[in-house]
Amino acid sequence: MILPDQTVAARLNGVTRLYGSGSSARLHALGPIDLDLRRGEFFSVVGPSGCGKSTLLDVLAGLNPPTDGSAEFEGRPVKGVPDGVGVVFQEDASFPWLTVEANVAFGLQQAGIDAAEVERRVAYAVGFMGLRDFRKAYPAQLSGGMRQRVCIARTLVLQPRLILLDEPFGALDQQTRLIMGDELLRLWRETNATVLLITHSLDEAAMLSDRVGVMSARPGLFIELIETGWPKDRDSRIVADPRFGELTGRIWEKLRVETMKHMQNQGMGGS
Amino acid sequence: MASIGIVAALVGLLQLACLAGLVKHTVIIAPTEMAASLWQILRGGEFTHAILLTLTNIALSAVISIVAGFGLGVAIHSIQFLRRGIEPYLASYYAVPTFIFYPVFIVLFGVGSAPIIAITVLLAIVAMITATLNGLDRIPGVLNKTATVLRLSPARRALLVQLPAASPYLFAGARLSVAYSFIGVIASEFILSGDGLGYAIAYAYNNFDNRTMYGLMLLIIIVVTVVNASFDALDRRLQARLRR
Repeated sequence: MILPDQTVAARLNGVTRLYGSGSSARLHALGPIDLDLRRGEFFSVVGPSGCGKSTLLDVLAGLNPPTDGSAEFEGRPVKGVPDGVGVVFQEDASFPWLTVEANVAFGLQQAGIDAAEVERRVAYAVGFMGLRDFRKAYPAQLSGGMRQRVCIARTLVLQPRLILLDEPFGALDQQTRLIMGDELLRLWRETNATVLLITHSLDEAAMLSDRVGVMSARPGLFIELIETGWPKDRDSRIVADPRFGELTGRIWEKLRVETMKHMQNQGMGGS
Repeated sequence: MASIGIVAALVGLLQLACLAGLVKHTVIIAPTEMAASLWQILRGGEFTHAILLTLTNIALSAVISIVAGFGLGVAIHSIQFLRRGIEPYLASYYAVPTFIFYPVFIVLFGVGSAPIIAITVLLAIVAMITATLNGLDRIPGVLNKTATVLRLSPARRALLVQLPAASPYLFAGARLSVAYSFIGVIASEFILSGDGLGYAIAYAYNNFDNRTMYGLMLLIIIVVTVVNASFDALDRRLQARLRR
């Protein structure tokens, strides 16, 4: 369904991505995919390994152009990283030679924002992410979760209208993931940004999202878009709600078949 | 601390061996005598010109090797065709005794500091080129992606992200270049020159002046140790800050 433009933050039209050159060697990684990201929604993508989830994010971020089809952000074609898009990666992307504060301020300073405004936004983001006591610390002195918060804060201060998160909590333990999920929800409510989260965790997708896109094994396609129906002011306590179990069960039902297909493609068996 | 203890013990043993007459004075003089000789050398001023000349040549060689090595490393890294052609030579470079090129540099630059600096740069520059290539290869991909997301210009990306990210490797290369600069300059003066600390040691040796020879050797060892310890301290700070 094509939505009116003012309700759409980003749109993918028949996006396809092939890798390699020469007709026989080309790997069909993704698509064709059509997707409208509604303005202000929290959308998660789950799918088997190698189904093109990160490629999808890279296309939206302008880091990887589609082989076919097009991506749009706020009605304009994505060519390079659009203004207003922030990305948080799975790997630690903090700059180890800068303090927490300097890391968070880095993007603002490069964008030419005046010093007083940089100071104000950094102080807010550092406080918001619970890093105030560590603002003078270097990333090497922080845990993995705190470093990821630094990266989120660095994205947050730029006030992006579309936040793309590529398994940002992938390297964290389950408890930390839940807490980080709460912080992410708080951030989302506060900023009213549109969020696209790539995750392997069904719980994370079910807890955080307004909609969950379930992808097929490669080449990745959306086999179902699931509305969660959660209220906007949710937090990690919804994992105790019986509907949460139903939701993860429903996502897993779709994903199980695709995961087995992926395992068979990889020669890993599965039944 | 343990390494200082080992050195102190060895020096003490040598002192005792010299005092007991177990080591001939014509072979090695006692450490206390070496220290006394060094004190005289520093106070007397006879060798001040040689000391300054050698240290200047080392500093110039190190700076040229580090700056040019970094520039060449960046250039080779950015041109894959060039890299494929050059890398096998870089890998086997230190099998070539660079001192054989001294006559060529004498013809090119004449007698004096220039051929010594040239031969030392030839010795030291490859360590910096190799370290630069290593450093640029090992910049985590996610930092480059972050630079793209933050829409940095190529110059800012290089200066603000790639350079600091590669700095542990660049520092290791700079450190090696300095070490090679010491070796290159002093060895060149020792064998091929008529001036500098290396030449002064060779002159003392040829004239059976053990006291001066060991005093000068002690001076070089102290300078190298201080430089190396400073690099060590800096390296520890850098590694502690930049580890991921």
